[in-house]
Amino acid sequence: MLQISKIRKTFGELHAVNNVTLNIPSGQMVGVIGRSGAGKSTLLRLINRLADPTSGTISFDGTNVTELKGRDLRLWRASCAMIFQQFNLIERMDVLSNVLVGRIAHHDFVSSMLRQYTDEERALAIRALDRVGMVQQALQRAGTLSGGQQQRVAIAKALVQNPKILLADEPIASLDPANATRVMDSLRTINQNDGITVLVNLHTLDTARKYCDRIIAMRAGEVRFNGAAHELSNDLVRDIYGEAGLETGIDESVTSTSIEEASSSNDNQQIA
Amino acid sequence: MSAPIASSQKLQKAQKIEIYSRFPRIPALHFAVYVGLGALLIASIGQVSPSPERLWDGIPRIFNLMDRMLPPETDPAFLVRMGWRLLETLQIAIAGTVFGVILSLPIAWLSARRISPLPFGSFLFKGLVSLFRTIPDLVWALIFVVTVGLGAVAGTMTIVVDTIGFCGRFFAEAMEDSDQEPQVALDAIGASKFSILMSVVLPDAMPSLINTTLFALEKAIRSSVVLGLVGAGGIGQELKSAFDLFQYHKASAIILSIFVIVLIMEWITDRLREKVK
Repeated sequence: MLQISKIRKTFGELHAVNNVTLNIPSGQMVGVIGRSGAGKSTLLRLINRLADPTSGTISFDGTNVTELKGRDLRLWRASCAMIFQQFNLIERMDVLSNVLVGRIAHHDFVSSMLRQYTDEERALAIRALDRVGMVQQALQRAGTLSGGQQQRVAIAKALVQNPKILLADEPIASLDPANATRVMDSLRTINQNDGITVLVNLHTLDTARKYCDRIIAMRAGEVRFNGAAHELSNDLVRDIYGEAGLETGIDESVTSTSIEEASSSNDNQQIA
Repeated sequence: MSAPIASSQKLQKAQKIEIYSRFPRIPALHFAVYVGLGALLIASIGQVSPSPERLWDGIPRIFNLMDRMLPPETDPAFLVRMGWRLLETLQIAIAGTVFGVILSLPIAWLSARRISPLPFGSFLFKGLVSLFRTIPDLVWALIFVVTVGLGAVAGTMTIVVDTIGFCGRFFAEAMEDSDQEPQVALDAIGASKFSILMSVVLPDAMPSLINTTLFALEKAIRSSVVLGLVGAGGIGQELKSAFDLFQYHKASAIILSIFVIVLIMEWITDRLREKVK
């Protein structure tokens, strides 16, 4: 159970995250939606402690995450995998090495210097690549892959971290619909098969409705909606996105990145 | 139709402004600075530049010197000694560069912004590198000749310090320029600063590091040649004694050999650089 209580993050005058309180039970898949600058990314960064909160606490299974330091902090980060919009892989290194980087927090000074990994870790990495359908590219340089492939490698890297939580910050915002579908399917299978809590920031409403058990909507650093996908009404959507000038409201198909065909034609690629 | 008219009006306006701004008024302070700089230039030329007469008188002396230098010395005993000295010069350059590069890596890491494990201490190492760089190599050579004695050891230490001054700075810049995003990703995984250095920063900066190292080697060869002038070993020592004893045939042979060695090394480093690309 991830408990966020009265968390606040300010940058000068700006309240990026303002007094947010959330309880997320383990094993949920949660979509975080909202306009650009609503504080979605900052919220995820606060959970991983890439950013430190101005006030408030985050705790996970009774451990106060906001107070962790040194090695404990690094182990928390390792158990709290993060996926980025721009994939953030090491482009000059091959795919397998990129995945093995996920084990790095568990290595000491010398083995990280020599980038030495055990056979078990290599096997773990290969299995993770197999789950996202990327084994064949294991020895290819990460920089030569397409965006969708790179994001799947990033997911494999997250898997070898053995995470308790997976945080995905706009994971499909730079991908074409077919790849976006594949990545979202991967995230959902990981959530369902491994019981890992997934928090995913999304720009597209219909994706959030389709994949997530629960939707959290943010605006100006505050949580405006927190509930099941079907409870999110059009009025609420209008409030969250605040489209004063748009008369017809928001047409979800305009911002949609999913295609039904992609998910069915790629069934053989899907995660086991 | 209205667009061209509007733009021509705008053009007229711009021209008008240009006419006014063509003769800007010079503030009194600027004027004083210009006059001062002009005076400095004229005074400097008068003091240190060669006068036409001196240049004129120097021309026959150049020919005279070249006449005394040619042909270069070809005595086998001398050539063998020169060969050993050249080898020593190369050894100074290579050993000095290798040690310098090895020492530069941790110094660059500690001084690189964002990447350094010391949150506030990086300026200390930046300052150290600047100190190494701003003091000229011949001055370092003099210092080491006094502290460790005449010979190649002083030369090697000079090259080490000189290389740290050069590589310490450019290595740090290459590390700072390395790809940000994977560093954030590793930070999010819980990697230590050292792991981030080894897994992301070094692989990403490697081409630039190799390039800088090759430049440092070229630089080291050029400066190891002259270090002997102040007694820090290598071929320079031979050159100095040849001039001191008016053995100009030997001097020309040494100068030619230096030229060839530097050329060969630059050719080799150029090839290596192409390989890195």
